[in-house]
Amino acid sequence: MGQITLQGVQKSFGPVHIIKGADLEIADGSFVVFVGPSGCGKTTLLRLIAGLEDVSGGNILIDGKNVVDTPPAKRGLSMVFQSYALYPHMSVRGNIGFGLKMAGLPRDEINRKVEAAAATLNLTPYLDRKPRELSGGQRQRVAIGRAIVREPKAFLFDEPLSNLDAALRVQMRIEVTRLQKQLGTTAIYVTHDQVEAMTMADKIVVLNGGKIEQYGSPLELYERPANLFVAGFIGSPKMNFVTGELASERGAATIGVRPEHLKIEREGAGGWPGTIAVAEHLGSDTFLYVEAGPLGMLTARHVGELSLGAGDRVSLVPDPARIHRFDESGNALRG
Amino acid sequence: MARMATTRRVAISTAAAWLFGFLIFFPILWMVLASFKTELEAFAIPPSFLFFHWTTENYATVQERSDYLLHALNSIIIAGGSTVIALLIAIPAAWSMAFSPTKRTKDILLWMLSTKMMPPVGVLVPIYLIYKTFGLLDSRIGLVFILCLGNLPIVIWMLFTYFKEIPRDILEAARMDGATIGRELVYVLTPMAIPGLASTLLLNLILAWNEAFWTLNLSTSNAAPLTTFIASYSSPEGLFWAKLSAASTLAIAPILVLGWFSQKQLVRGLTFGAVK
Repeated sequence: MGQITLQGVQKSFGPVHIIKGADLEIADGSFVVFVGPSGCGKTTLLRLIAGLEDVSGGNILIDGKNVVDTPPAKRGLSMVFQSYALYPHMSVRGNIGFGLKMAGLPRDEINRKVEAAAATLNLTPYLDRKPRELSGGQRQRVAIGRAIVREPKAFLFDEPLSNLDAALRVQMRIEVTRLQKQLGTTAIYVTHDQVEAMTMADKIVVLNGGKIEQYGSPLELYERPANLFVAGFIGSPKMNFVTGELASERGAATIGVRPEHLKIEREGAGGWPGTIAVAEHLGSDTFLYVEAGPLGMLTARHVGELSLGAGDRVSLVPDPARIHRFDESGNALRG
Repeated sequence: MARMATTRRVAISTAAAWLFGFLIFFPILWMVLASFKTELEAFAIPPSFLFFHWTTENYATVQERSDYLLHALNSIIIAGGSTVIALLIAIPAAWSMAFSPTKRTKDILLWMLSTKMMPPVGVLVPIYLIYKTFGLLDSRIGLVFILCLGNLPIVIWMLFTYFKEIPRDILEAARMDGATIGRELVYVLTPMAIPGLASTLLLNLILAWNEAFWTLNLSTSNAAPLTTFIASYSSPEGLFWAKLSAASTLAIAPILVLGWFSQKQLVRGLTFGAVK
């Protein structure tokens, strides 16, 4: 079991409010990602759940029990740190087994569990090495092994893949997701990378300035962003925003269209005319950055190759069903 | 051309280093040589450097006149005891200041260091009276106590700088792994700080071993360590250079050997944090 509930959780360091009242319900077995720009409070929120920081207000419930006064060691959670935080003086075996040793398990049981965890993570040949003799990816796996071996109520991941190179990151992303599904343990994962968030999460929490902007499944966030911040943060390249007359025609202060929902047509086909400033040809996709006069710079995405270049005139036609509307305060307008 | 200049520069700096090293080492060498001379040769002018009548009779006299082994044992107990107690107090103190600092941590550290700026003689009379009242004069416990207190600020400072270098994440990882504070200290922090602990221990041992002010003033015979033993050779009847040298050589020998074998640790310890 690993159901985690936050009720009005607040945290301030002196006069600075880092978390301004967070309410959240994390279902048992789900994979929840905290995402947001740096300084939004996502790591602090994770550390509050871990118990490494004390809350300034509110409650944190794990399986219905308030744990705000429980030390981290007694919360039954395990954490994977960005820096891996392996014990440099212990072997891989010692690192993975440390939590079990602290729990007072007999030695042969510790060995059995450590070896099982190592086998899952392909670490068996390295069990007697020290962390400094391992590569970055292997260290990361040791950190994960240390987390899974204790069979915690939930895993807490603090940007665990940010120190790996791009190829390894994609591979580890898949491994972590697969492992979490296989074990069925609740996981909370902090990242600033919205691609990681979209691909790994069952549900995403978008944080900004210490507030939860939206909580929902990746596709909910993509299709129905609650406000301008979420609309701009989720999706790559970023959503295009248009204000002024075009927006008020549709009864909104701002309208937003994702690059993939702008159809690229020859000039004069209606829609929004403009000149291509930069064209990026990736083979699988073509990204066009179009100078659209009063609308500013718009980004359009075309699946497949499109033989257009800088200086060409085009017309961008938005998909009417995919136009997002926002009011003056930035909240989404529905219907 | 450039290579020749480099070679010459290396040669000059090597020579300078040797010369400087020799200057620093010379008094010790001179003392060791004098300990093997007769009293007459020891203050002969001009002095003879190597060509004199080598004798070990000074060592025999020294051992006969006073009990070297007793004083050496006192030194070991006093230096070792004060170091162990200082470390036991300093580890938790440095730990708390390094990992959960408060607004006043910096002030406390500076205040502790400031106690080292006061000349010890300034508090000699009150300390002497306190020791007299509590029957601590000429007792090993009394000396252990005063040397431990005297070196505590330096020990705490040194450990504090080492602990500061240990990543917080690792201690937090231990906490997440279910370690209590005590176990975190024993299983994670202490093993990681071993190089730092070792050099702190060594430095403190050397400081306590060489400490002369308090040991001379607070002990006479029973608890007297090697410093008092050396001092007893400068007597009103005059200086016995050869015997004094023999006594001094005996007194510094143990700590010299210890220092020789732990040079690497000491240098690393003293330059820790300074060189990255």
